[in-house]
Amino acid sequence: MFVNATGQTLKTAIAYLLLTVVLGGCSMPKPWVKPYERNNLADPIMSFDRDGVEGSYMHHVHQAREGARGAEGGSGGGCGCN
Amino acid sequence: MTLRNQSKGLHTLLLPLFISLFVSTSSIAAVLPEDRADVMYHSYDGGGITVDGPSVLVRKGFADTVSVSANYYVDTISSASIDVVSTASAYTEERTEVSAGIDYLHEKTLMSFGYGESEENDYSASSLRFSISQDFFGDLTNLSIGYAQGSDVVGKTGDPDFEEDVTSRNYQFNLSQILTKNWIVNVTLETITNQGFLNNPYRTVRYLDSTVPVGYSYEPERYPETRTSDAVAIRSMYYLPYRASIMFEYRYFEDTWNIKADNITLRYTHTVGDHWILEANVRFYSQEGADFYSDLYPYADSQKFLARDKELSTFTSQRIGFGVSYIYPLKSTYLEKLSVNLKVDHLMFEYDDFRDVTADGAPGDEPLYSLTADVVRFYFSIWY
Repeated sequence: MFVNATGQTLKTAIAYLLLTVVLGGCSMPKPWVKPYERNNLADPIMSFDRDGVEGSYMHHVHQAREGARGAEGGSGGGCGCN
Repeated sequence: MTLRNQSKGLHTLLLPLFISLFVSTSSIAAVLPEDRADVMYHSYDGGGITVDGPSVLVRKGFADTVSVSANYYVDTISSASIDVVSTASAYTEERTEVSAGIDYLHEKTLMSFGYGESEENDYSASSLRFSISQDFFGDLTNLSIGYAQGSDVVGKTGDPDFEEDVTSRNYQFNLSQILTKNWIVNVTLETITNQGFLNNPYRTVRYLDSTVPVGYSYEPERYPETRTSDAVAIRSMYYLPYRASIMFEYRYFEDTWNIKADNITLRYTHTVGDHWILEANVRFYSQEGADFYSDLYPYADSQKFLARDKELSTFTSQRIGFGVSYIYPLKSTYLEKLSVNLKVDHLMFEYDDFRDVTADGAPGDEPLYSLTADVVRFYFSIWY
């Protein structure tokens, strides 16, 4: 009885899950951060490398002293709102 | 005889420098970079080496679709490093690098092209690069891919017949994602391949030699002629409840020489009023050395590949740095704002398998080498 009930519950849950996937999977989630909400991201202090000339130089220093290279990250940044 | 080992490290890495300076300018969003000019004095001082000089970067956009840039960079090198003082004599030299780039924006796609050259008396390098960047998903996601190719010519002072080539190829993939209105993350993958003369024509390795009083002798280093490396990095930047940000980075690296390395970086950026930006950062780096590296080989020509470049050895390093920027808005039709910036970092290196041969000790029992260095950047930036 218990097994049966659990089986039914499982079937129902899977049916709901499939329904959700089928209905929801047809459309991408909508962008959840609107353009007018990106003030903080556009602040220069949110750049990974705020000043390209300086950031590149520091990458250069590390590259010359270390065996590792690549994927240092770049300049630019913010949210591209400018 | 001179030993230009340190500067070679700078040269052979010219290609990644171009990549970091130009290709990744679009790593967060497909927009044209800002119109600005930067004039910087840079200085590195540590381990018996001083490297300083200017760097000037100018960028200007046209018609909201095209942006061009040019960079002029000079390293003036004065070296009496541990390698130099142990096997050769101190030297000074200069390296000049020029590069130019153009970015073209079409709707949400940014295409970037660039070319650069570096010249020195015994080494020249040139590089071409291309990247394309695209915004998706309401501009929350940015994807960029880049390719660069470099050609270097290695010479040797005092040997006009010596000329060897190095070819480099560089593949970069970059994904940035805005997660919340205060949080952005970035993932970068990069593969670099080199082919050709990858060691230094001046540098030597040492091996045990009972026929000489000091107990060891030197022979030229010998590297494989190919090297391929992969690096992956994840970065996170978060805007705090007040006007400040915190950045975290983790990067992992490995290559076909069996070098493995990773680093963690933390940076805190704080503002004071509208004009001041203060920065503090720490970075921890750890590396396992190349499998053919040795501080002291058992005898001459003991294996196929030989290296005693401490940059290929097992070591750890730490960095602590501070920066201050003053930003001044300009009430001019042509000029937007000006900034004056000073950044100072202190580096500490501790080598686990590189011994100080200038100190006392039996071969292989000398104290392990360590060094500290100070790196200064002082620059003006102007936006127009």
